[in-house]
Amino acid sequence: MSVRVGEAAHAPAFPKAAKRLLENAQLRRNVRRATDTIRAKRAKVVAEMADWQELRAAAHEIKEHTLRYLDFYLERFEANCTRAGGQVHWARDADEANRIAIGLIQARGQREVIKVKTMTSDETGLNRALEAAGITPHETDLADMIVQLGEDKPSHIVVPALHRNRSEIREIFLRKMKLAELSDRPEDLTGAARGYLREKFLRVKAGFSGANFAIAETGSICVVESEGNGRMCVTLPEILITMLGVEKVIPTFRDLEVFLQLLPRSATGERMNPYNSIWTGVSAGDGPREFHVILLDNNRTAVLADAESRETLDCIRCGACLNACPVYRQTGGHAYGSIYSGPIGAILSPQLQSMDHSKSLPYASSLCGACYEVCPVKINIPEILIHLRAKLVESGYPPLVERAAMKVASVAFSGADSLAAAQGLARLCQWPFEHDGQLRNLPGLLGGWTDFRDLAAIPKESFRDWWSKRTGGQDE
Amino acid sequence: MPVISLFITCYNDMLFPETGKAVVRVLERLGHAVEFRRQQTCCGQMHYNTGYQRDAFPMMLHFVKVFRDAETVCVPSASCVAMIRDHFPKMADRAGDASLRKAVDELVPRVFEFSELLTDRLGVTDVGAFFPHSVTLHTSCHAIRSLHIGDKPWRLLEHVRGIRLVELPRRDQCCGFGGTFAIKNADVSAAILSEKVESVLDTQAEVCAAVDNSCLMHIGGALSRQKAGVRCLHIAEILASTESGGVQ
Repeated sequence: MSVRVGEAAHAPAFPKAAKRLLENAQLRRNVRRATDTIRAKRAKVVAEMADWQELRAAAHEIKEHTLRYLDFYLERFEANCTRAGGQVHWARDADEANRIAIGLIQARGQREVIKVKTMTSDETGLNRALEAAGITPHETDLADMIVQLGEDKPSHIVVPALHRNRSEIREIFLRKMKLAELSDRPEDLTGAARGYLREKFLRVKAGFSGANFAIAETGSICVVESEGNGRMCVTLPEILITMLGVEKVIPTFRDLEVFLQLLPRSATGERMNPYNSIWTGVSAGDGPREFHVILLDNNRTAVLADAESRETLDCIRCGACLNACPVYRQTGGHAYGSIYSGPIGAILSPQLQSMDHSKSLPYASSLCGACYEVCPVKINIPEILIHLRAKLVESGYPPLVERAAMKVASVAFSGADSLAAAQGLARLCQWPFEHDGQLRNLPGLLGGWTDFRDLAAIPKESFRDWWSKRTGGQDE
Repeated sequence: MPVISLFITCYNDMLFPETGKAVVRVLERLGHAVEFRRQQTCCGQMHYNTGYQRDAFPMMLHFVKVFRDAETVCVPSASCVAMIRDHFPKMADRAGDASLRKAVDELVPRVFEFSELLTDRLGVTDVGAFFPHSVTLHTSCHAIRSLHIGDKPWRLLEHVRGIRLVELPRRDQCCGFGGTFAIKNADVSAAILSEKVESVLDTQAEVCAAVDNSCLMHIGGALSRQKAGVRCLHIAEILASTESGGVQ
């Protein structure tokens, strides 16, 4: 079984990738500006909602319920989608999903496909597989298009080109669209993109989409977006293929009421998405003549098996946790080596890949809790990070020196006498590193601290020593 | 008047004894009896958050044993209180130990972070302190997101005579400490920290205060390295200061 999440299988460990990205001043500036803007917009529209916390709780409940009875709702979705003229395909992993998609496109003799933002297809590496099969994918989401034309990688779940500013985008467009001239005014940039894309919308006969929600009750698919490119991709082509993870199913149409309030506010700081497309199967004389749904597992059912972390699958891919995260803010998305970046990526990627890769990701967090606070479906990301760290420790992943240090500390903390002894030993050992009351150049793991910060030398008298003296050892 | 049992926490005990002394001074000045149970060690937070659950469990058991019959427990560290409140109940559940869970449930409501203890349990905001300096307040992540401490520390500082309080820009942003994160991801941690230091320096305050010395150890470590001339102080040390003594 080949489970992969974008590039994660070959990506360098997070600290190493992050270190390199931290040197890119332009990227950090772009990421800070963009996340600050979205955060401010989100905060404003969330504050308007008196029942925001109730909505979050409701969304969490709907998702937990659905995951619990996932097999039931998926089969119900399949039955209703099929009844409406759609065809449902089940894909165990990335390769199987790609094979199904390529087979469908090739069987209709198509050599090109227009795509609306589909993170799941980035997860499966579909574009590369399409190209290898002689099919040209055209990303039509503006940011995805920038990433594709720039031969770049997405750095954010919702705004994949967030690490680029408009002068960089102008340069990419000029080069790739072979334009004589172009300003970096947003109007001109979008004008260029529109001209470039319109020709493809009108000509290409195969369309590809992801799904924000799949509704079991009706067999419908829901896609929300801001640019209208999605509406074009799901209505103009003759054949439409939609790929989604199995966790995207929700029980009823009415459940959308909850999610369509939470998602746009959390994702882009809008009260409502400009385009909300919901379709059911095929309709004679209108829209695609053929509609296929590929339901992707790619290890999701294994995630489901772990009760402590299964709520990872509640995610509706709004990206709010990325914008709130102090780590993401410094590094941007590329450090996570996966299409899924930020806090949600740090818990999702290692689970989808059964911890075979991306083992460094659960440590890429200060556990500040900002992600959990903004999550519209209340995924307790810090808890899951800790749970994944515990699994890694159980598997013997951390370096020996760390495991030994933790063991020594746990012995020290086992009782008051051992603690006092350890304190005395630490005090004795610090003298080679002490300069003017500060510790510098500490050895081993602790060097990670003193590379960047001082550490005040350990005072001669601990609190417990002071207390003993004060009470003459009476108050035990 | 309840007897207040001080859980100093492992790192305050060794690295920040002045904070513990300040807590004792404030509480005794308010007329409370303070006890210190010498058998206490650590809440297990570092081990637990880094994934060493097996090692954290005996520390939790030890804590429960030491403080089981304590009337009120005062902890001058928000993240340790978060460890106790958020994780101890689950640890007991995972061990499948119903009587331990019961003991935890009975103990947890009596455990207070220092500023919570003053404002909620003891109902005071004016502790009679005097501190003629400009101070900015870093709101520690665990304090605001786990303990939901809100403006309690700020209200305590507001009542300090002579103080000039300056609001910290982007105050809900983490300082980048995160326990072993600061070592395992030292570069990213330092990058987060540099923004925090920038905010602190923007305020032009003489002192950066917080309810958690772990954040202050981090912020203060950078300020010291940069010779920035800004001190970090746990709010207990500010609240302990009076006209006749304390930190000056």
